[in-house]
Amino acid sequence: MNSSVDQIEARLEAVRPRLLAFARLQLSDDALAEDKVQDTLLAAFESQHRFAGQSKFETWVFAILKNKLIDEIRRRSRELTTEFDADQVVEFDQMFDERAHWVSGKQPEHWVQPEASFQHDQFWQLFDICVFHLPKGTARVFTMRELLGVETEEICDSLGLSQQNVWVMLHRARLKIRGCLEKSWFGREAVPQ
Amino acid sequence: MMSCVRATERMSRALDQQLSPMDRLQLRIHTLMCKDCLCCHKQLIQLHNICQKRSTFDSDSDLKP
Repeated sequence: MNSSVDQIEARLEAVRPRLLAFARLQLSDDALAEDKVQDTLLAAFESQHRFAGQSKFETWVFAILKNKLIDEIRRRSRELTTEFDADQVVEFDQMFDERAHWVSGKQPEHWVQPEASFQHDQFWQLFDICVFHLPKGTARVFTMRELLGVETEEICDSLGLSQQNVWVMLHRARLKIRGCLEKSWFGREAVPQ
Repeated sequence: MMSCVRATERMSRALDQQLSPMDRLQLRIHTLMCKDCLCCHKQLIQLHNICQKRSTFDSDSDLKP
């Protein structure tokens, strides 16, 4: 019995740093982010018997945190701010040539079984690394939209950004994440095992 | 012809709101002629779907007694 408690504690401890990084990105308040992650770990621990393996452990814990973050973001709507920095386009520009077409060697390649990827915890570890390589404001907008499922109008309201800025940030974020995952995850099929 | 930068901007925006018929048509014509953008378009949709699967896992129902 104790060994299963130890086991779940170890698994929660392992996932904690990434939950914290994600919460910090959304809340810009380290103490509050820490609180939300502690609440999440406690909720996961207390309801561990309901984790019947229907989904990956990490995905399950992440979903608990997600709901806590959305509640907090809604509660603090308009208190959050993020900066839009038009200078952060260097890497983005490297994807396209002067005629605004894909640079040779950076064109998208065919992905093998992309839908199966979300079942792997390792995929999400790489995904998060790609997200945290984005400029902070862009990473926050991207995760609010794609991982917390917040509509763009609400992102504009929460962060005090224009619709146009949010679209530009999402466009850049998606292309960068695409390129990052292609290199780190989807490209590995091409590597001889 | 629309540039790849603008085409990718539209495919990204299409994940957040419905494009106007003209934007949608121009994007379609572009991706018919540009296999790189066609590939990119598929991938952005796949990524969006994968993210939704991560985030729509129903933790509430699993937390209820």
